[in-house]
Amino acid sequence: MGILEVKGVNKRFGGLQALGDVNLSIADNVCHAIIGPNGAGKSTLLNCLVGKLIPDTGSVSFKGNSVLGRSPHEINQMGISRVFQTPEIFGDLSVLENMMIPCFAKRDGYFKLNAISDVMAQRDMVEKAEHMLEEMNMANKKDMMASSMSRGDKRRLEIGMCLAQEPSLLLLDEPTAGMARADTNNTIDLLKQIKDERDITIAIIEHDMHVVFSLADRITVLAQGTPLVEDTPENIKGHPKVREAYLGENSGH
Amino acid sequence: MTDQTEQHATSAAPAASSATQSSTKVLGLGPKDFKLMFLVVVLTMAAPFLLNPFPEGSAMAQFNAGYPDLMQRFVIFGIFAIGFNILFGLTGYLSFGHAAFLGVGSYAGIWMMKLLTMNVIPAIVVSVAVAGVFALIVGYISLRRSGIYFSILTLAFAQMSYSLAYSVLTPITGGETGLQPKVADPRILDGALEAGASPRANLFGLEMGAGFEWQVGNWLFTFNAGYYVAAVVMLVAFYLSIRIFRSPFGMMLRAVKSNQQRLSYTGLSPKPYTLAAFVISGMYAGLAGGLLVAMDTQVGAERMFWTASGEVVLMTILGGAGTLIGPVLGAGLIKYMENILSKINKDILHEWFFFLPDGFENLMVELVYPFIGKGWHLTLGIIFMLVVIFLPGGLVEGGQKIAGMFKRGKDADASKTTPAE
Repeated sequence: MGILEVKGVNKRFGGLQALGDVNLSIADNVCHAIIGPNGAGKSTLLNCLVGKLIPDTGSVSFKGNSVLGRSPHEINQMGISRVFQTPEIFGDLSVLENMMIPCFAKRDGYFKLNAISDVMAQRDMVEKAEHMLEEMNMANKKDMMASSMSRGDKRRLEIGMCLAQEPSLLLLDEPTAGMARADTNNTIDLLKQIKDERDITIAIIEHDMHVVFSLADRITVLAQGTPLVEDTPENIKGHPKVREAYLGENSGH
Repeated sequence: MTDQTEQHATSAAPAASSATQSSTKVLGLGPKDFKLMFLVVVLTMAAPFLLNPFPEGSAMAQFNAGYPDLMQRFVIFGIFAIGFNILFGLTGYLSFGHAAFLGVGSYAGIWMMKLLTMNVIPAIVVSVAVAGVFALIVGYISLRRSGIYFSILTLAFAQMSYSLAYSVLTPITGGETGLQPKVADPRILDGALEAGASPRANLFGLEMGAGFEWQVGNWLFTFNAGYYVAAVVMLVAFYLSIRIFRSPFGMMLRAVKSNQQRLSYTGLSPKPYTLAAFVISGMYAGLAGGLLVAMDTQVGAERMFWTASGEVVLMTILGGAGTLIGPVLGAGLIKYMENILSKINKDILHEWFFFLPDGFENLMVELVYPFIGKGWHLTLGIIFMLVVIFLPGGLVEGGQKIAGMFKRGKDADASKTTPAE
């Protein structure tokens, strides 16, 4: 029984069958990659997991509880954090404030009207956020406006914000898309470090095979909305069906 | 170049640094905020002097704004704009119906004066409460949408309130004639009025209209009880708004404006935050409405008309949305123009340009005339356009730019002198 269980999920957009009978089990404490060509339904699947989309049929359960019908913020509170394809951070806020918000969210739940006082709490949260920034090697950038940072730094901050909530499951949607090579390598190192040091399950959707094979413990190949095969990276590399459906087109790059 | 980046860093930092330097806080305010608060206290308390810089009888005396009625308007509409800014400046939700809360507050206040007492305290407290409840209802419905749809929904609510107050609800609102305290009203807490006396708003016996004048040379300064009551309330409102801006709650509101998607994927639903901000800003509007009837005991439905809602948007943007002092400045500027510029007429213009030869005099008068008197809206429109185009951060940004120029000048001087040593 994995931490995340997807059973018989279907999703149609009009005439397009985006997901057809997807079954997926993500085991605790592994890094599970979901790969597949464009339009394979990777992002649709991810959106079904975080409550952005609701599947037509099937069930999604996290730690034994169904996530269907819950709103994104409730699913997040269950312990699922998500990193987006383009970094979603609070661009108008300073880096430190960006990090303080998940700290407050972790402490206060989904709403607290701490409009006037709470100075002590604020100091606590600043300390926590600064600690987290240090862990992310971003302490020197804490007073910068978040929107003025490089793409790689934004990604680093976003991952840090997700980790500040201490989630059990971290979902990454093409975390290195549109990044320079150096930034990509930094991100891989960061994710490796997170994987090794933390008690966390990672599910990653990725195009870049370099990233996938340096991180994943298990790989699911998705094609035309259905899982083609699930196996270890070594076996996936040599799998004839996969080569045909996916790697064949990409092995040149 | 380095100078610029430094400036950028400092402009982005204040909220963060005020959070970290909590040890140096006075009254819960960081040093910068405390300075600002102190400045505002001094300015409001000295307003009767500051707004009356020109001696009586001089040609410039018409630019004096230090009379009670106008000074009261400055601070009351300042409160209105401060409250609006908590919603618009922090969360980015543009309400186009805030005058409804002002009006509802005014009606609630006047009913307290009719039923309970002419003391302004119950009137003000009840106007805040009633406006808050009304804002809760309107906000709960309007906040289902964001962006332009939210604005339209609030506008619709405000216009509905206006129309209802004007027609169907006449028994409560007085319809076209409006409401004012009458001699025959019950007023259960007050004793019977003396024969021939009319009910006057007071604060434990201190009448709002009371005051004294002080003649210094040619200058006449008016000190009015009503103004000082309203000013103290404004200072409290301003102080609360600083605390809200700097609190974790204020940070969440800015996060709502910045990225709602990230907020909800951080386990926080934006809705309770926006609703709380909406109610708080509605209560500020109610407070302003209550003070309006406390100062001038009458109310009519036109107070809720959509132009009144638009005015507070103008005030906030003109002064600088999202800044602390901006809305107050914007409110001051608009009310000043509305009351002073609109009073200038052709005769006064002829006096001004009297020194010119006849032909030029008439030409100048014709050229300037469209911008004054009833044409003051044209001047306001031009100023508004200039501010929005050249100073997107409003008057506050203008002030910062000027201050920055002085600072740079100083720095340049310093760098010139140091090598010489």
